[in-house]
Amino acid sequence: MSEEFKIEIVNPEKSFLVKEDVSEVVVPAFEGEMGILKDHISIISFLKPGIIKVSSKSGDENYYVEDGIVEFKNNNLSILTSSIYNLSDMDKSVQQDLLKKAEEEAGKSDINDQAKYLVDQKIEVLKTLN
Amino acid sequence: MASLDDLKKRIASVKSTQKITKAMKMVAAAKLRKAQESAEKGRPYSEKMNNVILNLSSGISDKENAPKLLAGTGQEKVHLCVVMTSDRGLCGGFNSNIIKKAKSYFSKILDENKEIKIITVGSKGNDQLKRTYGDKIIENISFKESKNANYFDADKVGKIIIEKFEAGEFDVCTIFYNKFKNVITQIPQAQQIIPLNDEGNENSSDESYEFEPDEDEILSNLLPKNISTQIFKAMLENSASEQGSRMSAMDNATRNAGEMVDKLTIEYNRSRQAAITKELIEIISGAESL
Repeated sequence: MSEEFKIEIVNPEKSFLVKEDVSEVVVPAFEGEMGILKDHISIISFLKPGIIKVSSKSGDENYYVEDGIVEFKNNNLSILTSSIYNLSDMDKSVQQDLLKKAEEEAGKSDINDQAKYLVDQKIEVLKTLN
Repeated sequence: MASLDDLKKRIASVKSTQKITKAMKMVAAAKLRKAQESAEKGRPYSEKMNNVILNLSSGISDKENAPKLLAGTGQEKVHLCVVMTSDRGLCGGFNSNIIKKAKSYFSKILDENKEIKIITVGSKGNDQLKRTYGDKIIENISFKESKNANYFDADKVGKIIIEKFEAGEFDVCTIFYNKFKNVITQIPQAQQIIPLNDEGNENSSDESYEFEPDEDEILSNLLPKNISTQIFKAMLENSASEQGSRMSAMDNATRNAGEMVDKLTIEYNRSRQAAITKELIEIISGAESL
């Protein structure tokens, strides 16, 4: 019995990743990390900044995302995001840039609580990457 | 009849025009391929986004308290029209088709005694609308610096729209753009994005979802994103349409120039022959008279 399902990550420009043989995906959902296995109940959720971990036969892959939406239905996992980076070929300088931008954002005085929470998350994740 | 020299000059100038239009056609063809590709690549995102929103909105039981971006403000007094055109000309009927569509919509709205506000994206649209609807244009956005349509620009437009919506400046928002069908056919479209039009709801399933956090929160976060996504989709379709339209316009221009060169060449040869014949007659009749 196969325990695999399909994942599709799309960003506005293109289909970022399509894989048919995924056994587990861990996504940084808004209210905490969420592991998704085959036959998970249909769910829609948002992402906060964090790492998406995709496990398949060919090994684990890690992606850094800043925001997005997850939809899981009929063993099809779709992730819509406007900012995604593959960690294995993500440049240190790109990380530094993102971190700098996030820190600037966090330093603003007119930031609301939710945005502040997200930015803090972002900074934390980016720091652990470095 | 024009002198031989004049004809020669005209032929040369038509030929050089033909060279330009030919070059523009080639450039447009190359750009078209790229634009078309990115328009096709961008489709899954907006389709998926739409699906998720349809699924979400069908799951909402309490329509009264639904977010305003979805349900509308309850009235339809002020219409915001976002007219998306290109920044550059020489692309056939591309811009005028959008403008024509937009203008017919404007007059329909104005006949109903409602108010319109216009945002133009792209300078060509602004140029054409300025004369008749100058006082209605509240914003003119142009992305001359960006080479290709990108999400960042679309997001900027989306944020402006949402800002204005939250400030209560309008009730209904419609975007105008050209949908790319093929190189020769582009269909001007008017698409209502606020409140969200749930036409074509058939493919949403009845299946129930788990939501985390709850539906309302997801929706209120998702809807602004959807606006940007729809704008982005329109921008991609537009840029593919623009290149397609330019390509066929320039193709026509090149062909017309070719026809003109042929016609002028015949005329040139004919008048050259006429001049020779005339000279001959003069010589012969001169010799005869002696």
